[in-house]
Amino acid sequence: MATTSSFTTGKISAETIGGNGVSLGEKEVKKLKIKRFEPVEEPQIHYLNAEKGLWSWLSTVDHKRIGLMYLAAIAVFFLIGGTLAVLLRTELLTPAKTFMDADTYNQIFTLHGAIMIFFFLVPSVPAVLGNFILPIQLGAKDVAFPRLNLASFYIYLIGAIFAFVSITTGGIDTGWTFYTPYSSSTGGNVMMMTLGVFILGFSSILTGVNFIVTIHKLRAPGLTWNKLPLNLWGLYATSIIQILATPVLAITLLLLTMERALGIGIFDPALGGDPVLFQHFFWFYSHPAVYIMIVPGFGIISEVISTFSRKTIFGYWAIALSSLAIAFIGFLVWGHHMFTAGQSSLATMVFSFLTFLVGIPTGIKIFNWLATMYKGSIQLSTPMLYALIFLFQFTIGGFTGVMLGALSVDIHLHDTYYVVAHFHYVMMGGMVMAFLAGLHYWWPKMFGTMYSEFWAKVSATLVFVGFNVTFFPQFIMGAQGMPRRYYNYIDQFQPFHVTSTIGSYIMAVGFTIMAIYLLHALIKGRKASANPWGSRALEWQIPSPAPAHNFDHTPVVLNGPYDYHRPMSEFQMGVADKKH
Amino acid sequence: MNRFQDFYLPPAKSTVAADTDALFNFVHITSLIFLIGIVAAIFYFVYKYKRRSEHDVTPVITHNNALEITWSVIPFILVMIVFGWGFRGYLNLRTAPTDAYEVRAIGKKWLWEFRYANGFVSVGELHVPEDRPIKLIMNSTDVIHSFYVPDYRIKRDVLPGRYSSVWFEATEPGESTVFCTEYCGTAHSNMMAKVVVHTKEDFETWMATAALADAGLPPVELGQQLVQRNACQTCHSIDGSALQGPTFKGIFGRQQKMEDGTVVTVDENYIRQSILQPQSQIVEGYLPVMPPYQGTLNDDQISAIIEYLKTID
Repeated sequence: MATTSSFTTGKISAETIGGNGVSLGEKEVKKLKIKRFEPVEEPQIHYLNAEKGLWSWLSTVDHKRIGLMYLAAIAVFFLIGGTLAVLLRTELLTPAKTFMDADTYNQIFTLHGAIMIFFFLVPSVPAVLGNFILPIQLGAKDVAFPRLNLASFYIYLIGAIFAFVSITTGGIDTGWTFYTPYSSSTGGNVMMMTLGVFILGFSSILTGVNFIVTIHKLRAPGLTWNKLPLNLWGLYATSIIQILATPVLAITLLLLTMERALGIGIFDPALGGDPVLFQHFFWFYSHPAVYIMIVPGFGIISEVISTFSRKTIFGYWAIALSSLAIAFIGFLVWGHHMFTAGQSSLATMVFSFLTFLVGIPTGIKIFNWLATMYKGSIQLSTPMLYALIFLFQFTIGGFTGVMLGALSVDIHLHDTYYVVAHFHYVMMGGMVMAFLAGLHYWWPKMFGTMYSEFWAKVSATLVFVGFNVTFFPQFIMGAQGMPRRYYNYIDQFQPFHVTSTIGSYIMAVGFTIMAIYLLHALIKGRKASANPWGSRALEWQIPSPAPAHNFDHTPVVLNGPYDYHRPMSEFQMGVADKKH
Repeated sequence: MNRFQDFYLPPAKSTVAADTDALFNFVHITSLIFLIGIVAAIFYFVYKYKRRSEHDVTPVITHNNALEITWSVIPFILVMIVFGWGFRGYLNLRTAPTDAYEVRAIGKKWLWEFRYANGFVSVGELHVPEDRPIKLIMNSTDVIHSFYVPDYRIKRDVLPGRYSSVWFEATEPGESTVFCTEYCGTAHSNMMAKVVVHTKEDFETWMATAALADAGLPPVELGQQLVQRNACQTCHSIDGSALQGPTFKGIFGRQQKMEDGTVVTVDENYIRQSILQPQSQIVEGYLPVMPPYQGTLNDDQISAIIEYLKTID
């Protein structure tokens, strides 16, 4: 079966493999003997059992194991953040006190935001799915700096410990935005939390550096930039933002700490500082951070839609470059968080204009994904279901973003529930759905098992219904004027709040079912095949679960990852042994 | 349209509201058309191109320049319309007419105070005439607040250490709610006020009498009105329940344990000091969060409040 033939990397003349003409360009670099490597089904030894014991996990430099450790960590944080959200929604069933007092409520919404953003959303796709899949998609044995990768995980844990200390020693009630002068004057352990987020930033930066170097230096023979899976373009764009924006957050938090600890006036007007300066600094990180959260999601959606439509991606370069465009323009729109804060009308105009500009590449992606489905062979498996839920909810998130970019209307909607609903549609309705699509898509490769497709669809449906019941009413009450971060509210908003709370319960049931069937799959799910989705991408050309070093051969990439018109045999190529 | 709009937008009671609402509707209707198209395409594709077998052959469609340019340019034109429209509206919101009637507004944890040209101070209520531009010159005495009147579609952050301003022109007499929309701590969600819009004549009358209205009242009644007007009950209950501050119930003559451990008896001077410089004496178990009323209340008013507090038990 195995055909061995001569192949040269780089740009070379046409080569014949198994009777099919493969055009690879003109210039000759070096000759490689390649042959077909079909993945072994149900391998006995793989990365999960190659080494045993707790220490082998804690000291591992295997990117896949590090990815799984991140997965465990963010699952814990998602559980905490989600529980807090349900508590908040329950409190909001009635105006004034339902079961907690105002100060507790203020602390809980702060923690919900801080945990979900800094400890769940930012690391979710890059650190979990990115770590697991990026080297495999590149055809590499690991990331460029495996030890640095492990270090970034422990830095993340140290940051998390600081956050927990902050929560148990007074908590914080500043909102996740830490706006001054409130945050420099309020009680509670703000310093510990900002230090936690500060430390966490380094984890993010190190992961970004690692990914960029890995993508540049460790691509398999034949894997040119125009064959790079779109997931990697997404992670590449994300890494750029992580490296450039995160230090600004670190500086800002450091200045805030200096103000609180040493009384140096930077942001607090009582000390001669400027509170609006803090907002500029903060959003200079935190708006790009929104793209740190969403851009890798775009990558996952591209993979999933192409795979489950079994069709070439439409507009490869449009999707790849729009991710980069979003990454760069995303740096220049931070002022749209401050239209009511007191910046000049000129600045306001420029920020509004750039905000609309960044909407265009995002819209283009939506159309490209739709066009990919056109004339495809669509299978509605769970990952695809999540991708379609993403398309619907993220589109709503995007349109309401356009609404908020419109200056005069933003004045009315700023800091109301409309904004709350908007960013939940983008972050939860978009990003979390993309993460779930990716998790269900790569699950067989991660654990070598399949989850229950039936329960997965039940759960997806409940999450979808629950999400929309929770957040759609928030658009309406926001437009009517319900401000955000309100413990108490006037009676007219109660029907919307009650609906929203019911939605959050439905969502909670959906996520509980998900936890159960995933755990079940983990322990005694049926074995997954190497390529259950029939994908052409490189990560599906190795056994499930992945071998300890990903590839037992040096993979050679002849075609793009979405070339579904090519036979599978052309995607399972590797450098042949010397003896051939 | 209007009855439908009542479901998702507050009543439009200012001169600028109609333009903002029109843009709001334009964006939502355009978005809805796109969204319906996208959802219809998803359903149609999933149905029409459902996988028949594992050997389905799909066409190779890598791109289509004409199509891609179309779906880039049309949204671009649309968002530029929205941009221009929104910016024009914004300039209008930022540019107060030169003949605007000015009122000082002060935000503090957790109340709104308004000062008029004739020296009258009202807390929690802003009185204005209809059909006349009103410009608020605002600042905060502690943290950032934000002045928001949904009915007028206006909002502006209120900062410590600098002035900011906002203007509006109410189109009909009546009342509208003011919210604080920048998170400012414990009672953030209770930091509300109302705008009371009078007809022009009524406003003149109100102006002329407001400052004098208190003159003839017996002290206890005056005190009660002042407690209400100054939003004291946001934090101090009169039924004995504990809010952000100690309850007023039975306060006069009570033995009060302070943060520093001393025990004081609540008398006239204690109350006076607590109103003017609340941070100087904090009751045990409470946070130093009350704003000072120095300059807001005069001696007669404080005496009246003390008389009123004596009656609550």
